[in-house]
Amino acid sequence: MRELRYREALREAMFEEMERDDRVFLMGEEVGHYQGAYKVSEGLLDKYGERRVIDTPIAEAGFAGVGIGAAMVGLRPIIEFMTWNFSFVAFDQIISNAAKVHQMSAGEIQVPIVFRGPNGAAKQVASQHSHSAAPFYTHIPGLYVIQPSTPRDAKGLLKSAIRSNNPVVFLEGETLYGVQGEVPDESVDELIPIGESRLARPGTDCTIVTWGRPYYTVLAAAEKLAAEGIECEVIDPRTLRPLDTALMVESVKKTNRCVVVHEHWPYGGPGAEIVDRLQREAFDYLDAPLERVTGLDVPMPYALNLEDKVLPTEERVIDAVKRVSYSK
Amino acid sequence: MAKIIGLPKLSPTMEEGTLVAWTKKEGDEVDVDDLLAEVETDKATMEFRSFDRGVLLKILVPEGATLEPDVPVAIIGKAGEDISDLLAQVAETGSEAVTETETGTAPVSAAVPVPAAVPASVPAPASVPVSASVGASVPVSAGRILSSPLVRRLARERSIDLSVVQGSGPQGRIVKRDVDSYDALSVGFAAVSGERLPPRVVKASSMRRTIARRLTESMQLIPHYYLTVDVDIAPLSDARKAMNAELEAAGRKVSLNDLIIKAAAVALRRVPEVNASWMGKEIHYHQVVDISVAVAVDEGLMTPVIRDADRKGVAQIADEVRELAGRARDKKLQPEEMTNGTFSISNLGMFGIEEFTAVINPPEGAILAVGTIRNEPVVEDSAIVPGRRMRFTMSCDHRIIDGATGAKFMAAFKRIVESPLNMLI
Repeated sequence: MRELRYREALREAMFEEMERDDRVFLMGEEVGHYQGAYKVSEGLLDKYGERRVIDTPIAEAGFAGVGIGAAMVGLRPIIEFMTWNFSFVAFDQIISNAAKVHQMSAGEIQVPIVFRGPNGAAKQVASQHSHSAAPFYTHIPGLYVIQPSTPRDAKGLLKSAIRSNNPVVFLEGETLYGVQGEVPDESVDELIPIGESRLARPGTDCTIVTWGRPYYTVLAAAEKLAAEGIECEVIDPRTLRPLDTALMVESVKKTNRCVVVHEHWPYGGPGAEIVDRLQREAFDYLDAPLERVTGLDVPMPYALNLEDKVLPTEERVIDAVKRVSYSK
Repeated sequence: MAKIIGLPKLSPTMEEGTLVAWTKKEGDEVDVDDLLAEVETDKATMEFRSFDRGVLLKILVPEGATLEPDVPVAIIGKAGEDISDLLAQVAETGSEAVTETETGTAPVSAAVPVPAAVPASVPAPASVPVSASVGASVPVSAGRILSSPLVRRLARERSIDLSVVQGSGPQGRIVKRDVDSYDALSVGFAAVSGERLPPRVVKASSMRRTIARRLTESMQLIPHYYLTVDVDIAPLSDARKAMNAELEAAGRKVSLNDLIIKAAAVALRRVPEVNASWMGKEIHYHQVVDISVAVAVDEGLMTPVIRDADRKGVAQIADEVRELAGRARDKKLQPEEMTNGTFSISNLGMFGIEEFTAVINPPEGAILAVGTIRNEPVVEDSAIVPGRRMRFTMSCDHRIIDGATGAKFMAAFKRIVESPLNMLI
């Protein structure tokens, strides 16, 4: 299998879907002539022209609303937010229109739209531009929320998102665009189903559920723990809503303990939701309280040394795994 | 500075305790570990020892009061100290905390010359010096067992009593590895594979300590000797069948053990010298026949008493045994339901034990150990015929029951068992 970068995998997904279906179009700030703020949409304008690759003014509420209207009348827009931090000015469009129209029209009108863009902390972009947006959007019934960790999942899930008839919030990793990983050849039209967890690393001693940027922190921590004789089983939910806990429950029944690691704040959100479900669905199998390693409960500091402390670290993951394993 | 002393929780399951007797009076000097009072709990009469040094300034509850743990019972401080504030504090909260102060229950220790409630078999005579220390050195752990949900499920599946498993997690939480290492089989395998595990250390429960103390005293103080008879059990077994056929319509039935209780009770009437207690300078010949029946429970054993077994029908004995044994297993027996028997019966027949010797339950004078039914050839009128046999062994206190007396009882018992109609004489 060939290797692609995360951004290339996303780009390929959009190329393939725009090629397959001429109702698909991309709209957002700097997606066309600038080739994308993070070069995800590089080459799309040259291939599909200004009719299907549309540069917008800095007006998220406006172009999110235009996209929703286009979806309501039968097109399949991809709306790129330069970052998810900027989606908050379009919040009302997303939660009041995109998420509600299908229900409020008694199923008459579908909104097949994808909102995508980089999510989470990058490096020293400070508190207003470091949001991990999953908790805001996973809260809303009517939205799918996807947060892929690997290039392969990014491609396969973005293709499924574009083909979905429901509005999808697609959270990319701002620091993951350069990550390389295996992706099936161009000839393989791989669709990864929305709402399916993936076993990322088999293990026997402790289950770790993680996604997004900390996915890589966890895999590194798992190697260190393996050297000490603790084999972690790592599961990536990939889709945060709808959430698939079957694989997690199966794993916890085997390991009897679980640590959930995520970048978003600890108060609520998918991390807390996973803990809530696992304690009910695997109660009789738990040998220790479920633990979470999260982004710390503070606005992101600008200082790099502090930012590194706020994001989940290998050390915190290792400590949590050892605590639930009752080892020193 | 003076302080209020609350009633300590003297056993893990103690929900209330009766303050049987104060052993200090107001104005007495009190040192750490001094005996303050005797408290009757669900399990036993326990020693309430002081954690403090000073003078017993005030006794707040009368003897006989039944109280919940932590209810103020005394004030200890320096001689002459002003305790009016503390008394006011007690008055404020005291009225609702004291659940019962029926004076009727007070003179338990006076009326009966033995400590009242005993968990296991053996109420010790008051004259026996009691040496156990439930005091400063052995803090009695209170409350529930901490364990993970997984451990609770495994304990259910493997029938493990978590109260005997030592937890290695935070706050002593029992976690999976503790249950795994508790498993006797896996311990054995671990040893084979070369892993050397240290002994699993479990704090003895108050019931366990009481059993240990009383039975040790019994064996050390009482000159035991043993008499075994082998009896034809077929007639009693047939009698049981006939009775159960009669009782079937009423939905009741009797066990062989119920009939043995009845037979022993009748035999005690015929040989009353065995129904006796050595009380130091006196011998008490009991005028009632109260049979203690040993019942295995989770942490040890209990001996509910069938009162006047000689005068009760077998079906009534059966009902009482079933009811009392059930409550013994649930630890719901009242102290008076398991004390002051005059004779004990212990049956290990259900485990296939052919015969055994039991330890006397003082101050009773004897205990009858019942073995299993054996189907075996016996010689009858010079012919070998199929037989159903059972062995009974009586342990006797030689201080009151001499060999000939004991043998006389066993002969009477054998005659009754082999010819149950004799019970009617």
